[in-house]
Amino acid sequence: MGKTLFEKVWDAHVVKQLPDGQALLYIDLHLVHEVTSPQAFAGLRFAKRTVRQPAQTFATMDHNVPTVNPTDVRDAIAKKQIETLMENCREFNVSLAGLDSPFQGIVHVIGPELGLTLPGKTIVCGDSHTSTHGAFGALAFGIGTSEVEHVLATQCLWQNRPKTMRIRLNGSLQPGITAKDVILGLIAKNGVNFGTGYVVEYAGTLIPQLSMEQRMTICNMSIEFGARAGMMAPDETTIAYVKGRQHAPRGEAWEAAVSEWKSLVSDADAQFDVDIEFDVDSLEPQVTWGTNPGMGGSVNGVVPDPADAATETEARAIRQALEYMGLEPGTKISEIPIQHVFIGSCTNARIEDLRLAAAIVKGRNVAEGVHAMVVPGSKQVKQQAEEEGLHEIFLAAGFEWREPGCSMCLGMNPDIIPAGERSASTSNRNFEGRQGRGARTHLVSPAMAAAAAIAGHFVDVRTFQSEGVTA
Amino acid sequence: MEPLVKHEGKVVCMNRLNVDTDQIIPKQFLKRIERDGFGEFLFYDWRYQADGTPNANFELNTARAQGATILLADENFGCGSSREHAVWALADYGFRVVIAPSFADIFFNNCFKNGVLPIVIPTDVRKELAETHAKGQWERATVDLEAQVIETDCGHRIVFEVDAHKRYMLLNGLDDIGLTLQYEADIRAYEANRKAYQFVY
Repeated sequence: MGKTLFEKVWDAHVVKQLPDGQALLYIDLHLVHEVTSPQAFAGLRFAKRTVRQPAQTFATMDHNVPTVNPTDVRDAIAKKQIETLMENCREFNVSLAGLDSPFQGIVHVIGPELGLTLPGKTIVCGDSHTSTHGAFGALAFGIGTSEVEHVLATQCLWQNRPKTMRIRLNGSLQPGITAKDVILGLIAKNGVNFGTGYVVEYAGTLIPQLSMEQRMTICNMSIEFGARAGMMAPDETTIAYVKGRQHAPRGEAWEAAVSEWKSLVSDADAQFDVDIEFDVDSLEPQVTWGTNPGMGGSVNGVVPDPADAATETEARAIRQALEYMGLEPGTKISEIPIQHVFIGSCTNARIEDLRLAAAIVKGRNVAEGVHAMVVPGSKQVKQQAEEEGLHEIFLAAGFEWREPGCSMCLGMNPDIIPAGERSASTSNRNFEGRQGRGARTHLVSPAMAAAAAIAGHFVDVRTFQSEGVTA
Repeated sequence: MEPLVKHEGKVVCMNRLNVDTDQIIPKQFLKRIERDGFGEFLFYDWRYQADGTPNANFELNTARAQGATILLADENFGCGSSREHAVWALADYGFRVVIAPSFADIFFNNCFKNGVLPIVIPTDVRKELAETHAKGQWERATVDLEAQVIETDCGHRIVFEVDAHKRYMLLNGLDDIGLTLQYEADIRAYEANRKAYQFVY
């Protein structure tokens, strides 16, 4: 029987298989950030251990970083955490894209950008959105701080082999529909835990049509339905993206790598534990109305009624969500007014996302009473956008143009939404309090966020006349 | 790490689906660089009103829940962020066992690294436990990791299963890194044969 893509990558990284089912898995790349690493480095120091492979470890700071002036960290506890990462990287000889580096940015944006993320690698980071890197055919997943310490010390992790799921995404992105709508639509249909215990491979006719950035948006949110990781087989698009990047192989090593990568595809007779399909042709722009990423649907729909829920527990969950969100059943999604727009995060802050939003915004103005901001995913994305003049489009429309960081995705920095106010956000989580205590988050694509900023409420982006807005 | 062999304690029941780690420990408390002291921030936004006074309606704030060390949770507990701070907060507050029909993967793994036992039980069993607990029919439970059995003080007896490796580590309070370093020769042999794409250039 053939192997799946996941099985090929997994099998190539097993250092030791124990009879009790645990495998010691070799980790090729360990990405590190300021929030989930200090206790791990402290553990190393306490046990007098070292970082086994500093060259395979790469750090940046993103969660805490202020986006107006990154070096002006006024929160003393956050400042201490940032300084601790700098000290730890110095002491343990780990490369750091610090606040003064031209390569600093959100860890899941800079990994691919710098060519650290490569097909076939095992990649971990103390962050659940590490699933992003699976877009390259890497096996990439988030870990806790104890595991961060374990990888620092041993370059390995104990893992039980996960089950496998294939999700065939079939069809094409229709005008105005983005990769974000695909992943939000998939989760709205199947729920927030249908992937728990599985590594997912996204297949189907849609994938070869997608750019790497669109693929990353989909893999990024794999964790939002519980999947351990989301993967896509590398193809010519992947190889073209990786080629020539700063830390990618060159010369003979490049040729050797490419020939390995060509085999990273699920065999025709490979078996998955679960196989599902999702048709994207009929997909409409998505907006979440509740407090988890599965509580969402079409912009042309209405807020659901808890009375229609299948079980009492679900009805209670919907009631609780609507109470938090300040919404009434039956309200048209397109009639919900918003006060904040956030375009950013590891899900949607890459150059294509910013181009898409800029195309909608161009020549228009942010609605009165709306605070809108764009936070590029990295210094390199910011620079690229400025070379293309995108920042001028945003600024002219009334958006703020900020420095890179996680920003309002999780409000660990000064970018917080006041209680009771509502955002259209291109981030990945609409949990209670995620963007600030009492803040109400609606997840959308960059195109939908840009349109909401102009309209002051949600609006079907397909009704916006705009040049070059196709996906 | 503190071993967990058998634990007897008071149970608190939380009937909420998809409790995410942002609720267990809100982000404003993730800036600390220590591992301890997170218990006072556990479920902060649910436990306290905006003015800092306790929210009397929250499950953990009821008189009945005081001193609870076992949390009976619901589906997909611990979803969302990978923050181990969520487990640190639960453990620091006093919880040693979390029982639920399902857990998110990363949270589930993090529990074992911190001497907290997550136990998966069938949905219908969870329902029975929650309903009888709500009616005041029982308060306490004994969790025996060696025998893999939960017994409530009104006579429920539930057999559960824990992965053999994780069970062994928790029973003995062992640190994974120590175990892994026994395989140093295997790791070195593996590293000697790595392929071109596995390196950072």
